[in-house]
Order: sequence, then C-alpha cells, then structure tokens
Amino acid sequence: MTAIITALAALFARDARIAIRIGGGAMIGVLFFLTVVTLVPFAIGPDLALLRRIGPAILWLGALLASLLTLDRLFASDHDDGSLDLILMGRIPMEIVVLTKALAHWVTTGLPLVIASPVLGLFLNLEPAALGSTALTLLIGTPALTFIGVVGAALAVALRRGGLLMPVMVLPMTVPVLIFGVAATNAGVGGTVPFATPFTILCALTLMSAVIGPFAAAATLRHGME
Amino acid sequence: MALIDLANPTRFLALVERVLPWLVAATVLAFAVGLRGAFLAPDDYQQGATVKIMYIHVPNAWLSMAAWGVMSLAALGTLVWRHPLADVAAKCAAPLGAAFTFLALVTGSLWGRPMWGTYWVWDARLTSVLVLFLMYLGLIALWRTIDDPARAGRAAAILTLVGAVNLPVIKFSVDWWNTLHQPASVFRMGGPTIDVSLLIPLFVMGIAFMLLFLTLHLAAMRNEIMRRRVRTLLLTQAERA
Repeated sequence: MTAIITALAALFARDARIAIRIGGGAMIGVLFFLTVVTLVPFAIGPDLALLRRIGPAILWLGALLASLLTLDRLFASDHDDGSLDLILMGRIPMEIVVLTKALAHWVTTGLPLVIASPVLGLFLNLEPAALGSTALTLLIGTPALTFIGVVGAALAVALRRGGLLMPVMVLPMTVPVLIFGVAATNAGVGGTVPFATPFTILCALTLMSAVIGPFAAAATLRHGME
Repeated sequence: MALIDLANPTRFLALVERVLPWLVAATVLAFAVGLRGAFLAPDDYQQGATVKIMYIHVPNAWLSMAAWGVMSLAALGTLVWRHPLADVAAKCAAPLGAAFTFLALVTGSLWGRPMWGTYWVWDARLTSVLVLFLMYLGLIALWRTIDDPARAGRAAAILTLVGAVNLPVIKFSVDWWNTLHQPASVFRMGGPTIDVSLLIPLFVMGIAFMLLFLTLHLAAMRNEIMRRRVRTLLLTQAERA
C-alpha cells in the first residue's frame, strides 16, 4: 500500500516538475489568462460599468481556455517517450494514475489561475466581493475543468493530427461548470439567488467529474491504443 | 435468432436485404397516415394552425435523443460485449442523430418566431439541445479522424457514454429550470396534458419517424459494412504490391 502511495507521490512530483520546467514554464497558463483578460476590453471598449458586469464571465472563460489548452500534452509527451506504456502495464490502476496526473496539472496550472484571478479582476473593475467570489468559485471549479479535460487529453493521444478536435469535444461537457461557476460568482455578489444554490451544484460537478473523468480517460488510454 | 447470430456481417446483410423493402413500405405508410392525421387534427385553442409544426418538431426532438440512446447501447456493445457490429451501428447512428437534432432546432426556431416572438433564446432546453448537437458533430469528427475503424469505435464509444449524461439534463431541463420552452406535456407524471385529438397524430408521426430512423440506420449499416470490405480489399491489394 505504501509502495503505491510512494509511486503516486513520485508521479505527482515528476508531473509537477515537468509542467514547471517545459512548455513555457508554470506561469504560461497565468500569462495566457492575463492575455485573454487584456484582450477583452480592447474588443468591447473600456466601459467600466459593462466590464464590472461581465467581469466574472471573462475570468471564467479565461480560466477555461487556459486550462483546456494546456491539457493537450498531458499524455502525449508520455506516449512519445514510452512511459505511458510502462505505466499502463504497471500494477497501479490507471484510473488512480490519471487522477494523480490531473491533480498535478491542476496544482501547476489551475491553482496559479485561482491565485491570479483577484489581480486580474482589478483590471476588470470588479468590486471586492466579486473578487473573493470569483476566486472561491474558480478554486472549486477549475478542478472540474481539469478532470473533464483529461478525457479529451486521453483522446488526443489517440489522434495524431487532432488539431482543434480535442477542445471541440471537451468544451460542450464543460458548459455546466461554466454556467454554475458564473452563476455562483454573481450570486456571491448579490441578487435574488442565494449563493449556496449554484455553489453546491458546482461542488457536485467537481466531485462527479473527479470520478467520471479519470474512469473515462483510463478506459480511453487502455482501449484506444493500437 | 439471437443478437449474437447477427454478429456475422454476411448474415446481417442477408437479413437487411430481406427486411429493408418492408421497412421502407412501413415508413411511407406511417408517414402517410401521420401527415393525414396531422392535417385533419383540430387547431390549438391558443396557437391556431401554427401548432401543426409540433407534428414535425416533437418527433425530431424525440429521435435526436433516441439516436444518442441507440449509440450508447452500441457503445456498451463495443466495450462490454465486443459485438463486432456494435461500432458499425454507432458510426451510422451519429449522422442521423445530428440531422434529427438539427431539424428539431430549426423547426423549433421557426415555431418560436410566431409564438414567442424570437428565433432563439438561451433557455435550458434550447441550450442543452444545442450542446447535444455540438457533441454529435464532435463525435462525427472523431470517427473521421482515426483511420482504423476498430480503434475509432472504442474511442467514440467512451465519448458517447460520457455524453449520455446530457440526455437526462435535456429531458428534465424544462422541469429543473424556468424555461421559455413549454414544460413536459407528453411524458410526464400524471399523463399527457395534450388533448387526445392532437396526441394520436403526434404518436403516429413519432412511430413514422422511428421507422424512418430504423430504415436509414439499417441501410447505412449495410453501406458501412460494404465500405469496410472495400477498405480491407484495398489494404490487401496494397500489401501485395
């Protein structure tokens, strides 16, 4: 049992180290997040009142895109150097391995986004309640995005010339997380809907995807290989 | 003849050849009866004659979800029982389901313009059906991207089962959320709220569309089996050269 824990800890550390070192480093997700948040006022104009109203939605969309676009290479680099086959043949259930890799991805990509979101919220003229509300819902919701995206990442290994196919398949499944995440953020600031309602549904989505995502991804990796 | 006897493609093709002309005739007959019933049915007390779009819109919507259900069963057949024709069934059902979903969205939109005053609204039912349409298109793209049909079948099967979560969301969306789309009127606790004079033609049209799906599905499966045989022949020829 301890051997499995040690192995998973080593896998987690390895994935975290790789994510921090290559592909632009740990901050590339945050940088992309910043870019998206900067582009939106260019597109819609500097109307501060409008930005304050749609600010949570912009932050959520930026977090969604930043998470999804970094998930592509999650399994592909392991597949290329053969370590994916070794892990598949190992004794640890693939579902737990996928869960560990997803958690490593969240800690290195999702968590920095959560920490950066209050700062970026200032660019969008969000009030302090909205800043805290957005950060909290992102903290709960970005793991769901990672777990759902992991299914697409597993499929991306099977597709050599996938291109945009993986985001196209994964994005419809992340729509509920987006809807309830923004709803919870807006409910946390005020309005008629109590904060608990969309927030608890968001928690439920994260917990559900934590189970369904790794199972589906593990099945894909097992069956989708040649 | 058990389902496993149909695992032999040649036997399946023989069955299709025997059954398909009858299915075509049954579909045409069902549509004739259904459309006649739709024309003769009374107008709605609120909507007038516009209610007759229902006879096209609702069966399309039913079939769009039923097609994903068929694909989910086929996905189980691929992953659990390794039935050889399961992935053929799944691959052929996807474009049909996408077409039914598209028609449901378009006819619903045309119905919404006179009734609601708008072609589109982002309420729960319309949004979830649009998401279903996107998932159909993503699935079709996945089928086309992977060359080996068997490998494509397994990947598509997993995606189909994950996407099946959307089906109960669509069905209950009008109950869980406050939507512009009207609540469940046929399949609900306490029975249908539609008068029987409108309900009978609706069910006949539903059966007609189901027969249409079955006919097109079997014909498409026959074509897909032929296509795979041609592919195998080409591969064998290329290997020999």
